[in-house]
This record gives sequence, structure tokens and C-alpha cells, in this order.
Amino acid sequence: MSHYQNAGQGNIFADSIKHALIAAILTVLMLMPIFALHIEPPRPPETALSLSYEWSFLLYGAAAVFCFQLIRPFLSKGLSGLPRFTTPELTPRHQQLALCLLLLGAFAVLAFGDRAQISIGQLAMIYVILALGLNIVVGFAGLLNLGYAGFYAIGGYTYAVLNIHYGLGFWQSLPIAVVLAAITGLVLGFPVLRLRGDYLAIVTLGFGEIIRLVARNIDFLGGPGGLNGVSKPSVFGYEMALRPSQEGVQTFHQIMGWKFQTIHMQYYLYILGIFFAVCAVLVAIRVSRMPIGRALEAMREDEIACRSLGLNPTALKLIAFTLGAGFAGVAGALFAAKQGSVSPEAFTFLESVLILVAVVVGGMGSLLGVIVGGILIAVLVTTGTGFAEYRMLYFGAILVIMMIWRPQGLLPVGRRQVKVKA
Amino acid sequence: MSPKDVLHVSDLRMEFGGLVAVDGISFMVHPQEIFAIIGPNGAGKTTVFNCVSGFYKPTSGHVSFAGESITGLPSHQVARRGIVRTFQNIRLFKSMTVLENLLVAQHRQVNNNFLSGLFSLPRYRRYEREALDRAMFWLEQLGLGEFANREAGTLAYGHQRRVEIARCMITEPRLLLLDEPAAGLNPQEKLELQHLIDRLRRENHVAVLLIEHDMRLVMDVSDRILVMEYGRPIATDTPKRIQQDERVIKAYLGED
Amino acid sequence: MTDFLSQFFQQLINGLSIGAIYALIAIGYTMVYGIVGMINFAHGEIYMIGAYVGLVVLTAFGAASGLPVPVILGSALLISAAVTGLYGYAVEQVAYKPLRGAPRLVPLISALGVSVFLQNYVALGQGAYDLAVPDILSGTWSFSLGGQFDVTFSYSRMLIIAVTVILMVALTMFIKHSRLGQACRACSQDMSMANLLGIDTNRVISFTFMLGAVLAAVGGVLVGQSTGKINPFIGFIIGMKAFTAAVLGGIGSIPGAMLGGFVLGLVETFAQGYWSSEYKDVISFGLLILVLLFLPTGLLGKSSMEKV
Repeated sequence: MSHYQNAGQGNIFADSIKHALIAAILTVLMLMPIFALHIEPPRPPETALSLSYEWSFLLYGAAAVFCFQLIRPFLSKGLSGLPRFTTPELTPRHQQLALCLLLLGAFAVLAFGDRAQISIGQLAMIYVILALGLNIVVGFAGLLNLGYAGFYAIGGYTYAVLNIHYGLGFWQSLPIAVVLAAITGLVLGFPVLRLRGDYLAIVTLGFGEIIRLVARNIDFLGGPGGLNGVSKPSVFGYEMALRPSQEGVQTFHQIMGWKFQTIHMQYYLYILGIFFAVCAVLVAIRVSRMPIGRALEAMREDEIACRSLGLNPTALKLIAFTLGAGFAGVAGALFAAKQGSVSPEAFTFLESVLILVAVVVGGMGSLLGVIVGGILIAVLVTTGTGFAEYRMLYFGAILVIMMIWRPQGLLPVGRRQVKVKA
Repeated sequence: MSPKDVLHVSDLRMEFGGLVAVDGISFMVHPQEIFAIIGPNGAGKTTVFNCVSGFYKPTSGHVSFAGESITGLPSHQVARRGIVRTFQNIRLFKSMTVLENLLVAQHRQVNNNFLSGLFSLPRYRRYEREALDRAMFWLEQLGLGEFANREAGTLAYGHQRRVEIARCMITEPRLLLLDEPAAGLNPQEKLELQHLIDRLRRENHVAVLLIEHDMRLVMDVSDRILVMEYGRPIATDTPKRIQQDERVIKAYLGED
Repeated sequence: MTDFLSQFFQQLINGLSIGAIYALIAIGYTMVYGIVGMINFAHGEIYMIGAYVGLVVLTAFGAASGLPVPVILGSALLISAAVTGLYGYAVEQVAYKPLRGAPRLVPLISALGVSVFLQNYVALGQGAYDLAVPDILSGTWSFSLGGQFDVTFSYSRMLIIAVTVILMVALTMFIKHSRLGQACRACSQDMSMANLLGIDTNRVISFTFMLGAVLAAVGGVLVGQSTGKINPFIGFIIGMKAFTAAVLGGIGSIPGAMLGGFVLGLVETFAQGYWSSEYKDVISFGLLILVLLFLPTGLLGKSSMEKV
């Protein structure tokens, strides 16, 4: 008996060395043309390309793959014995508590943060709204929308255009931005929601790109440069500035008798962000508990059963899609107000990917998860110059790793089930 | 056709890329009638169900319900008109509670109450209360009250079948389509099922269209029976006469 | 009239050559879809890697080396095909294989992640800028149809069409007659049945990904010769277009992908030639959406009925 086992182990060991060697060689072959043989663009007056060589990468890469492959069989065997790393299943009650703590944290940043931190906070709130909106589409309805940045763009551009071309303020433009984004969602959703999941992903991707490309090519929308000089939101109809832009009008600070500082505007934008983020959380919570939320969950489980009971899947998906687009409209208007400008490059496909990363990392369908995901993305995008260069590389890898390792996300929250008291 | 028929299927034909699954099927179901379709495996019974309930669009032929044509209507619209069905392989929302399964089926609130639901207005809360009460009512009716809070997927097979029927009944259908409801049940459960079907017809005034392999159940509960073989009808008659029909005995009963 | 004819012929040639590239890449989408039932989002990036590997070889064996042109091009094609095939294999092993049987959304998101990763991986290694591809196969063949201008047919375009046609014939023969090709067809009919019959489905899947990558690499090397420049982000748009071609032809069908590629190339070229080139990509995306909405089963695809 033991004799056999030994023979088996010996084989496994020889096999894994062989596999590891092959894997390392393949790695070298794959890495070589990308990292070792670097194509140098010609320096004028030369015209020919030349190669420069950098072998160290190959060595590291091959060594890493070799070691990984070598220990993998033992790793999987060893790990299967250990309890797997899991975050405890969070109940809706935990989620409530965590949300309150997050809100406290947001106000703590307001109280103690410096200008840079406030700015990150503003962006974080925008991403929280976006992530919550996309979560309704991806997490609740199970539809992969890869053109979400397109709706975000519509929100932003609506405010910018109404402000610059028609002189409307933030508060007047906001409902229009939301409604317009939602209507676009409705109109685009109507034909595409009957498609299969993977086609839907690609069609939405196409729509997102079209929206951006159209913005690039229309002068009214500022072309490639976008629109600059979007004004900041007012406070209950009063401008927040050192001096009123029109004669005979008072600014907010004059009324309150305060001394104006430019950071006050940042505080104000941040408070607005928190306000809208809280609204978004409340709406998302309500939606998840309403009949529509239940119906969406049922539809994810069994669309055929839903149809047999008279639920119209297309209509349900359309509601989710439209609602998600509306969230993006709010976020877009906030973004335009924060930046004071919009440009096509702010709403690329990669922006859609970022929002998706927030949702996937946090946990599709988990409110707490996607909120934390949104905050995380905002922090990662704005901090660390070293990180910025590789960040899309990391984000791509994160999507793959999450899908393999934890498709339910880092902070999955169990749905609150309807129960009757005994 | 007479308007008092609940369902009227005429000359139904269904092809799948050249393969004829169902051909020349005609029958009608009267109000409160229990009408069974029987036949060997692969006879096309479920295909008839799928055509009636809107999951397939028949190649030719007509289906009308309460005097109106429903041929080719999408399944959710067929359901809204009052035809609901169960499935051979139970299709419950497994990770939702039994209660929630019945709430989902009361879909009419989904579209009507979006805003009042968002702000949890009294009107919305009243609707939710009523929906809960209705759900509990039907669970009690089917003897499932104690399972209301359990996840549907964790229930015993026989109970899951009942939940599926309860979920249908809560939509207040006029025609109930049951696809092999006795499959996998023990003799005791089969007997209960038989009483249940009979009771639903008497007390809730539904007509029942039934596919079933259990001959005892079919013969005891049905008013009339359609026998199919290879997609074609062999005979339509009362249980008594079906049992004596030469063709049926030859094609079906004789095989046992 | 003759002017119109010349112009028409010119567009036809251009359309066919770009369509050939789409067809080569579309085959990768369609084969993977036929067997695994998923859309390999990262396939456009595989093509882009093929273009880069080809350029590395061209630079290494450049014109200065004095080697004959067919040798340079041949080695660029072969080496690029081999290395890119490895990428196809690796992507499947790392990002898709562990996800078999997961809900549909899961491999889709993983594929998207691979796509984003590979773009930035190449950007990191080779720089996120345009590189001019040396014109190895310069020269054109022009002929007159009697109008004011001549129709020109560059050698690189000829090469694209010729290589594509040869590869397609070879692929068709291979799928029809070889054992592995038959295994592929069996798997696309019914994976679990094929498995029961003793076909090594894992091997078939790996092979499919590699074959798709090889064809995409050939497309990448050739298109570099034709358009003259590459950057790490070219895979995105071309990938979209090739995917459109695959759907247009009927996803899952190899002849469909070939047909779809050529049709798409022609439609796009004519639309640009006679309409507007400013909205070039808008036209392509619009076409994609129209095809998906109105022709989701494609020209040669079969519509399937969902099981209830």
C-alpha cells in the first residue's frame, strides 16, 4: 500500500517539474516579443525601426511561472484542507450598520479632510451613484451593460449644454439631465433587451461608443475639446461666490454674512455628492424590496417560469435599464458641475469598465459591496501616480481574478427575504 | 365554436425544422372541465402545452381562449388572459421563500405602483398587505402554511409540486395547465393531488388541462381524455369509452 | 460611366481586402462560439498581439538584413502565428477554463477583463503609441478601365486576399477531413455527447482557441502591411467589426464568418467611399447594432428554439 503511494508521489513530482518547465518555456516565448524585444520608434532623421533588448523580464516571468506551476498541485491539495478564506455572509442588518458607518466616514472626511481629500470624496460619491445605478442593471436584472458611460455622458453633456448654451443653472438642468438619460435608456433598451445576454453586452458597448463619437463630431457639443466653463450649482437659488455675477443680486455668503473661500465651493459640491449618493442608496434599497425587485430576482432565477405567470421580462428589464440610466444622469450632471467641463474623453469605454469593476469587486447585487467598490475605484483612480500608469492593467486582471475566485464579490449581502411571523 | 368553451384548439400543427411534432390536433375544453391528454413519451403532449401557453408559436392551426384568438401571442400575455401552467421539471424560484414565490406571481402591482412603492405610500403598503394575505390564503388552502418562510428549493418534491400549483392559482386563472403533476409522487400524495384537482375545479371554477402518465389518476379525475400518438390524435372521449377503445388499447394501454 | 466603373472596382478591391481581414478574425469568434458557446471578447486583442509579434520579426529581419522579401514575410507570419497561438491557448487556460459551467455573465466579464488586460499589457511592453510598419511589399499593379483614373491594386492587398483564400480553403478541408476537425464538429454539435464518445473536449477547446488566434495573427501581420501603422488599441475596433461579421454570417458557422467578413468589408468600404469617412466608426458600430437587432441569426445561421 505505502509502496504504491510512494511511487505515485514520485510520479507527481516528476510530472509537475516537467509541466512547470514547459510552462516556463512557453512563458518565455510569449513574453519575448512584448517585453524583451522592444521596438524603438525611429528618431528623425532615421526612418527605420530598431530593437532594444531587455532580458530581465523574461527571467522573472519564467521563474514566477515555473515556481507557481511547481507548487500548484501541492497548493491546491494543501489549500483544500484549510478552511477557505471567506467573508462572513452579511445579513441586511449588517449592511444597515455598515452603511451608517460609511455615512459617518463621509462626514468625517468633510470635517477633517484637506482640499485633495475633499476632491477624492466628490469623485467617490459620483462613482457610488454610478455603481449603484449599474448594479440595478447588472446585479438586479443580470444584464451586462458595457455602454454605461454613455448615459453618464448624456447626464454630463445635458447640464453642460443647458448651462452654456441656454444659461440654465444646475438645479434646473438636473431633472432634465436625469430624464434625458433615462429616456435614452428607455429608447435604446426597447429594441436591445430582447437580445441574448452576450449580444446585449456588445450592443450596449456599441451604443456607448456611438454616443461618445457623436459628441466628438458635433460642434454644438464642443467637438473633441468638449465644453468648458460650466457653472457651479447655486445654494437655494443664491450663487456661491465671492461676488455675484449679476448686479443687484446677493451671493449666498453675503446673505449668511460669511467670508467666502474657494474651498467652500468644494465643501458644497461634496455635500451635494453625499446627498445624492444617499438618495441613490435609498432608492436602490426601496427598489430591491419592491415587487419590481422581487420580480427581477425571480427573472434571474427562471425567466420561463416568470413568463408563464404573466410577467413580461422585456418590460422588467426595461424598467431596470431605464432606472440605471437615470442614476447615471445624476452622476453625469454632478461630474460636469465638479469639473466645470465635459469632454468626450471623460466618457470612454474604459469608464464603463471602471464602473463595472466597482460593481464586480463589491459584489453584483450587494448594495454595500458596490458602494465600497465605487469608493475604492475613486480612490484608486485619483491616488498614486505609479499606479495610474498600470491601472487599467490591474483592473483587467481584477475582473478575471474576481470571476475565477469570487464571482459573488468581496462583500456579498444576502437579500432580505419576505417572511411572515409565525 | 361555441363561446361557452374555455379553450378551443383547432388543427394544431407544430414543426421543428422539418420534424413534425404535432399534427392535426383539435379539442376543446369546457368550463370547469378536467381534460387530460395522454399518450406515450414523445407523442407531442408537452408541445401542445407549449403551443397553448404561448411558448411555441404553432406552425399552423388556431388556439382560442374564451372566444378570442390567442394563437401566437407571447406567453406572458397568454398568462395574463388566464391560462397558467406548471412544468414537467418543477420551475420554482428556488432561492426565494415559498411566500415570495407567490408574491412574484401577483405581478400586477409591479407596473402600477412604482412611485407609491418608491416612497412606500399607504396605498402601496395596503397592496403589499393584501398580496401577503392572498399568498397566505393559498398556502393554507394547499396545506403549505407551515412552509411559507422556507426557501422553495429546500422543500420536499411533493411540496414543491404543490407550491407550483399554489403559485398558479394565486393568479386567478380560468384554465390551469398541469404538466405531469403526479410524476415523482407517492400513492398517498397522488390521491391528495387527485382530490386537489377536483376541488380546484369545483370551488375555484377553473378548467384543467392535464398531461399525466398515471392512468389511475387520469381515469379517476378526468371528464374527457385525448389520446395522442406520434403527434397525431387517436381518440377523444370519456375515460370509460377510452378504456374500451380498440385503437387506444392497441396503441397505448395494450403496451403495458 | 467608366469613371464610375473604375471607382467601383477600386472600392471592390479595397472592400475585399479589408473584408478578408475581418473574415480571418471572425472565424476565431465563430469557432469559439460554436464550441464553447461564449463570445471571446479578447479575440481582437489576440489579433493586435499578432500584429506586434509580426512587427518585431519584421524589425529583427528588417530590410537591412538583405533577406528576400518572401522569407521575411513568411517568417513574420509563421513566428507571429506560433506565438499568438500560444496566447490563445494561455488565455483559454487562465481565464475561461476555470469558468466552464458558470452563469453566462461570469465568463463574459472575465473575457472583458482579459481584453482590457492585454491592451495595457502590450501598451506597457511596447509603448502606447503608433508604430509605423515598414513597407516590405511596396508596389502596386494599376490598370485602366478607360476613365480618368486608374484602378490600383497594391501587392499588399493582393497578398491579403490570396493568403486569406488559401487559409480558408485549408481550414475547410481540415475541419471536414481531419480527425481533430471532425472532433471539433462533434463538440460543436453536442459537447457532453462528444465527451462520452471519448473525444478529449479539453483538447478540442484549446485547439479551437489556438486556431482562432493563429488566423487572427495572420490577419494582424497582413493588415500592418496594408494600413502601415499599429498601436496597442487597434484590436478593439477591429474585434468589434470582426464580431459583427461573425454575427452577420451566422455565429457558429465557419462559412458564415467568411461570407460575413467579405460582406462587411464591402459594405463598410462602399459606405465610406460614397458617404462619409468622418463617421467611419459610427457606421461600423451602427451596422453592428443593426445586424444584432434585425439579423441575430445571420445569413447562414440556424435559428434555435429555446427548450421549455
